[in-house]
Amino acid sequence: MQKTQAEEALGMELPTRRVESFHYTDLRTMLREIPDNASGSTGGNYAPLVDTHLLSFNDGKLADDQVLPKGVTLSTDVAKATSSDINDAIVGMNAVTSGDAISLVIEGNATMEKPLGLGHFSSNESRNACYHKVLIKAGSEAQVISRHTSKDGVASLANTVTEIELEKDAVANWFVIQQESISANRLARINVSLAENAKLNLFILNAGGKLVRQEVKVDVAGEGAHVDIKGVNLIGDDAHIDVTTVLDHNVPNTTANELFRNVVAGNGHGVFQGQIKVAQIAQKTDAQMACNTLLLTDDGDFSAKPELEIFADDVLCAHGATVTDIDDDHLFYLRARGIKEKTARGLLIKAFVDEVVEEIGVSEELEEAFIGIIDSWLDKNA
Amino acid sequence: MLEIKNLHVRIAEDETEILKGLDLTVKAGEVAAIMGPNGAGKSTLSYVLAGKEDYEVTEGEILFNGENILDMEVDERAASGVFLAFQYPMEIPGVATMNFLKAAMNAQRKARDEAEYTTPEFIKKVKAASADLSIDFNMLKRALNVGFSGGEKKRAEILQMALLEPTLCVLDETDSGLDIDALKIVSDGVNALRDPERAFLVITHYQRLLDHIVPDTVHVLYNGRIIKTGDKSLALHLEENGYADIIAAAA
Repeated sequence: MQKTQAEEALGMELPTRRVESFHYTDLRTMLREIPDNASGSTGGNYAPLVDTHLLSFNDGKLADDQVLPKGVTLSTDVAKATSSDINDAIVGMNAVTSGDAISLVIEGNATMEKPLGLGHFSSNESRNACYHKVLIKAGSEAQVISRHTSKDGVASLANTVTEIELEKDAVANWFVIQQESISANRLARINVSLAENAKLNLFILNAGGKLVRQEVKVDVAGEGAHVDIKGVNLIGDDAHIDVTTVLDHNVPNTTANELFRNVVAGNGHGVFQGQIKVAQIAQKTDAQMACNTLLLTDDGDFSAKPELEIFADDVLCAHGATVTDIDDDHLFYLRARGIKEKTARGLLIKAFVDEVVEEIGVSEELEEAFIGIIDSWLDKNA
Repeated sequence: MLEIKNLHVRIAEDETEILKGLDLTVKAGEVAAIMGPNGAGKSTLSYVLAGKEDYEVTEGEILFNGENILDMEVDERAASGVFLAFQYPMEIPGVATMNFLKAAMNAQRKARDEAEYTTPEFIKKVKAASADLSIDFNMLKRALNVGFSGGEKKRAEILQMALLEPTLCVLDETDSGLDIDALKIVSDGVNALRDPERAFLVITHYQRLLDHIVPDTVHVLYNGRIIKTGDKSLALHLEENGYADIIAAAA
């Protein structure tokens, strides 16, 4: 097969739909051409959503004005991870694309009052890749907003690889807020490992971007560990948004709960692949997964692939995926009370996704900020 | 106030004709009861009045205050004063009852060129109306009808009716699923809304409800038409003798 311009530029092969984990997102075809490595911002910087202890990355470059709280240690002397496995193509691309690598060690509750912000902004048609390695020390709790934005109308290609290690009893409240321009592409991987009794609360909000693939791989490696992943994917215009998660339960007595709500409008294409693997020794695993989609248009689609791979015999695992339109009876009920059809539809769509945001249990300020992003997307697209 | 003339209605999907030339007149201030055996078309009549799209009107008209409501959208009918208390109120996850009530009240006020309620005005109204119906105010913070018992759902319907102040109230088997205490509360709620400017269409299977909400007229609906009209004594007759003799007389 002749190499594409992208493969030449990256010096690596990109996965096609024949690679199972990329079946619904043929990266080679969708990214035949990619822009050059970023060489600095050409105007505009990251603008935060809420007040955070901010580390901002403009076109992949860490701004040097960060003020971190006591208990958070930053290092820039870090090597990016790499992989030659085709399933890890996003990690491989990250390693060969320009952009800063940092590591953070978080101790205590340094970021609970005011979260840590990892703010990303792409200003032009180039490619950048950041690498974040985060260690949350035993018994510590961290709250981190990783947000991804770009200048309106630019065809940037951003890549973020994040590795989060949770020591014993550590808690991560991690929010991925993706608001790229509808012309921008973004590829991302989050790898998480959990030690004994550690808790990961991950919230993913996709509300922008053209081609977006967010991978999440969780190694549930300590007994008593808990994984909670909630997500809202808002897929409109010509966007292709793919969320692929793999939960690896490798020890007994762990729990996981995964819930995604998706709205497809315009010509949007959505993908959810959710894999739950339970090793033979991982008895008493309790893992639940649900993916519900509102398909508002005949021109859009959504592919959901839940996958359970269970080798233990005493587990509770379940998954469910639904794709529906707005319920006509619900709509009729609201309209019969005098609410105009457009408003009624809006109420129902908003209720469908807001439920997830309400369930993540964050501060009022964050909840309002997230719901604000959803509202403005719905205003434009639904 | 309400004038239904020669109404023919079929189910849009399979074209089964349900209403076959129904005529009915209800005056302002009147409480009209509609009784009839299963399958007579009672619920269809209520849905057609509200504007449900699953039904197709093939002939006839429905005049409400002189206007043909068949030309109006569902929400326009509601804003003009038509209210349907559903037999099976929908559970709507994620939409808090209070938010829904406010959206509905203000949408109707806006459609009628009236000023929208401010939040304090709105809360005051809801608190007063829910107390009258023995509704726990905290219940209204929950998602609309989600997890409500059968009785709570029906009371929530009457609460909406009290707050929206319609002029034509259609009650579709509001008594179904109610125990005796709840029936009393709901009936009292309805009776409190009786007004010379407001008409009620009370659809029911049972005389029992009509002991509480005493009708001015009783109409028997059978096979898509009103086959007999009388006063409240007709309901008592039906309770004792069933529909057979009236159906036989109409045939």
